[in-house]
Amino acid sequence: MFGAEVSGVAEVVQAYGWFLENAWIIPIIPAVAFFLIIFFGKKLPMKGSELGILSMLATLFFSAMAGWQWIDAVNSAPAGSAMAPVIKSWTWWTTGGFDFTIGQHMDGLSLTVLIVVAFISTLVQIYSVEYLHGDRRYTHFFAALTLFSAGMMNMVIADNMLQLILGWEIMGLCSFMLIGHWWEDGANSRAALKAFFTTRTGDVGLLVGTSVLFFAANDWTQKTLGVSGFSIRGVSAWALSGDPSSAAITVAAVALFIACIGKSGQFPLHTWLPDAMAGPTPVSSLLHSSTMVVAGVFLVARLYPVFWEGLNITGSSFNLIVVIGGITILIAAALAFVQNDIKKVLAYSTVSQLGYMMMGLGAGAWLPAVFHIFTHAFFKACLFLAAGSISHSASHHSFDMKKDMGGLRKFMPITFTTWIISTLALCGVFPLSGFFSKDEIIDNVGHNGYTLFMVIGLIGAFMTAAYMTRATYLTFFGTPRGASAGEHHDDDHATDHAHGDHAHDVHATHDAHGAHDSHDSHDAHASHGPRESGPLITIPLIILATLAIGAGFLNATPFGAGWENMKKWVEPSGAVISTTGIEEAHGGAGASRIVYLSPQAEEGAYSSPCGKETPKDGICYAPSISHAKFKWSKGALSLAIVFAGMLVSWFMSVQVFERKNRALAGLTKRNKLLGAGHSFLVNKYYLDHLYEKVIVRAIAHPIARGAYRFNQKVLDGIVNGTGISVRNTSRWVYRNVDQKVVDGAVNGSGAAAQGAGSALRPIQSGKVSQYGALLFGAAAIGALVLVIINT
Amino acid sequence: MLLNQFLFLGAVLFCIGVYGVITRRNAVMVLMSIELILNAVNINLIAFALRNGSVDGHVFALYVIAIAAAEVGVGLAMVLLVYRNRRSIALDELAEMKG
Amino acid sequence: MIASDVLVAQNIGFGMIAAVMIVAALRVVTSRNVVHAALWLVLVLAGIAAQYILLAAEFVAVTQVLVYIGAVMVLFLFGTMLTRARIGGEANLDNRNWLISIPVAVILLAAMLYALGDGFGDEKLPQETTPVSVQQVSDSIFGPHVFPFWALSFVLTAALTGAIVLARKD
Repeated sequence: MFGAEVSGVAEVVQAYGWFLENAWIIPIIPAVAFFLIIFFGKKLPMKGSELGILSMLATLFFSAMAGWQWIDAVNSAPAGSAMAPVIKSWTWWTTGGFDFTIGQHMDGLSLTVLIVVAFISTLVQIYSVEYLHGDRRYTHFFAALTLFSAGMMNMVIADNMLQLILGWEIMGLCSFMLIGHWWEDGANSRAALKAFFTTRTGDVGLLVGTSVLFFAANDWTQKTLGVSGFSIRGVSAWALSGDPSSAAITVAAVALFIACIGKSGQFPLHTWLPDAMAGPTPVSSLLHSSTMVVAGVFLVARLYPVFWEGLNITGSSFNLIVVIGGITILIAAALAFVQNDIKKVLAYSTVSQLGYMMMGLGAGAWLPAVFHIFTHAFFKACLFLAAGSISHSASHHSFDMKKDMGGLRKFMPITFTTWIISTLALCGVFPLSGFFSKDEIIDNVGHNGYTLFMVIGLIGAFMTAAYMTRATYLTFFGTPRGASAGEHHDDDHATDHAHGDHAHDVHATHDAHGAHDSHDSHDAHASHGPRESGPLITIPLIILATLAIGAGFLNATPFGAGWENMKKWVEPSGAVISTTGIEEAHGGAGASRIVYLSPQAEEGAYSSPCGKETPKDGICYAPSISHAKFKWSKGALSLAIVFAGMLVSWFMSVQVFERKNRALAGLTKRNKLLGAGHSFLVNKYYLDHLYEKVIVRAIAHPIARGAYRFNQKVLDGIVNGTGISVRNTSRWVYRNVDQKVVDGAVNGSGAAAQGAGSALRPIQSGKVSQYGALLFGAAAIGALVLVIINT
Repeated sequence: MLLNQFLFLGAVLFCIGVYGVITRRNAVMVLMSIELILNAVNINLIAFALRNGSVDGHVFALYVIAIAAAEVGVGLAMVLLVYRNRRSIALDELAEMKG
Repeated sequence: MIASDVLVAQNIGFGMIAAVMIVAALRVVTSRNVVHAALWLVLVLAGIAAQYILLAAEFVAVTQVLVYIGAVMVLFLFGTMLTRARIGGEANLDNRNWLISIPVAVILLAAMLYALGDGFGDEKLPQETTPVSVQQVSDSIFGPHVFPFWALSFVLTAALTGAIVLARKD
């Protein structure tokens, strides 16, 4: 808003309010709840879930109040002001003259994601009460969920990179714990490990990037702003100050983006996300669709100036982020076509949508990408929870669409309705939320000169509509199959306990419940067909679907600037802030400083003094970004593409699945080319094969073998050799020193004494004359000696 | 007269006495050799007494004579006793005290 | 040894007596007959008495004759008599130690002679001396040297008693 038309002098407004200033409490509440659940959860009547839900409600309340105060501050600020975030920090360790701080950095972006996390966490925890009822590790599940929320909230409000990394790692840990919740099945624990290792591979980039940024920025930030090189605000300002060398900032940007590739499931590190569906559905809906996987997007959005400058987002028509995002959109959408598991379809859809967000960020469409985080969270979580509802009540914990679903719209009306709403939102149908966010991304990508990627976005929209229609058809239309038809899979119950060789194939995941007895109590397996789930499951679905409808209106660009509230509240000002008397305001009532706003460019091209031509007395905290003007013609085009995708897919689905059209069904089996393409997709582009069997084996096996050999020959050799040499030495010492020398000396002294005695015994012969001889002989010799001496 | 001639005489007698003490088997012979030694000492004493012009040497020599007499008495008594017990006074046969 | 002109007679006397004494001493330690050895010892003792006279020690000479020759030698002969089965020579009066004793005696003699010769050289004894009188001797005995006299009396008493005790037949 203020970046667009006004140029001139304006104010920096510091937002204030109790909830904003004390937002650091928000991650602490679930952290405390985590410990309470761990220690006391099992003894509580609801086994710890009440603590989790209460803590989530508390955080939701705090976040909402903080968000209200922020919105209030923004709304009441004079037009054209720049909002200063509410930053507080405390030093927790000092070493070598350097202070390590922990604190909060509350602004529109952090509040957006914070509210999303709190809200979805609350709903998912309520959902889990029903979904995981009777589970063998019920309490620990809630503990892990709560800890995850604590970690993510901590990351979101972090004011320095170290704290962000802390939250990042806690999230990774909780993801591992939750994916492997039913670790008795080897496939689940393998999936958890795969997730952890893949994200860890990316985390190297996070550490490298943070270090590079610190060492490059610390001098400037200490001098100019008085904060360390870890401070996010400081680094953002540094990136746009013209101070950094292009090599340093590019390296940092690439390294940080590698971490985002891992965490947000971008190509080529996306392979863990579909496998993460082995975890319980609430986990998939919370972590792996709406919150954790957007951590990478959040990071890019948070440190946007670093990427803006480091990857030259304004200056060229392609860069690393947008390319990776674009590739991800397409390959994930293609993979979603060949999945039989409903959760895997949604997982690839998530990957694809994350690709949208990244592509948006990479092309300078900051606000649309952040808004897409917001809206995507609601409808994707709703889709996952609906899938969970289906498995819980209809398909006997199976997620296989082809085997166990079909025609469920008659049996599960609420689930069906919410699913349809969320699918339409995902596809970007007006007036649902996805239209306002996803289409804005595509629009702004094109507006900023990344035309190729705009086309990719449109193709992705087509594919999204197509695969979601396919999934919808398989699940809710047609004739019920398998479990949905009321058939039992007795082998499931038998083999669920013998998980050793439980066929975990590529296409199906099972919620492998261990406590079948408690399920038997309320799932009367004797005879029931699919039916709607209980209220604890359907109410969150309804809430989320409602938001999927309505959340879009928070930033409904088509309706004019008055509707663009998210932009007003969330987008940081690209203003140049004067450095005369600059200091970070820590709370307190609106301290103002004079700012000079950068002149904004016309549509189609933009230039910002921030970065390349930052005035010497000014600080920029965010780049100034231009926005595409909405045209209904563009909107209509994308809607047309979406509907085309839906129609084509509907037609194909009916033909192939229902009518079994001879020409079309089994096409991939008959046609060699299509069959090859199909198996290529089914094998996920052989990327898993490449990673695990080729790369890992090539690196790990020789290394492992070499390490083993080193251990056996060298290390063990040294150890054994030492032992052997010590033993030989001791044996030698025993034989030679102890036996011969020491014992010899001891024995010898005895022998010597004895010998001396024997030698001297003849002197005492008892013969007097001999005594006399000795006496006089000694006297003679004595005399001789005396004489000789004295002459 | 030279002093040395008496001293030499004493030395010769002494050494002859030493030879006798060591060599002789008969206990009485050993006692006789001891007498030789004592007399040689006496000659020394008297010679020095004359040289120094004092009487101490004479007194000492008298004492030596007296002691010699006592010693011979006791010694011969012992020899008699030995003879009574063993019927022999060959010293090399009296070896019961050997160690 | 250079004799003085005035005392030629004394020197010749000394020489003759000394020669006799040495020969007799040698005969004492080499004689096979115990009685003969005793008699040769008498000769030695007599010679020593003569030397005492030459050394102006008349009282000591007389005491020597009285005690040594008169008492000690008689004692020796009595002892010999009482401890021999036969009278006459007996073979093997020497033991095996003569191998040691000759060198010992020789070494001792050599050492002493050298020491004496080196120590006293040509020192002459005083010439014009009156013989020591008995009075002088007794004054000395009962004067400065009375303690040894008393000790000597004890010794003699003990020897007397001891000899009687040892030799009596029970």
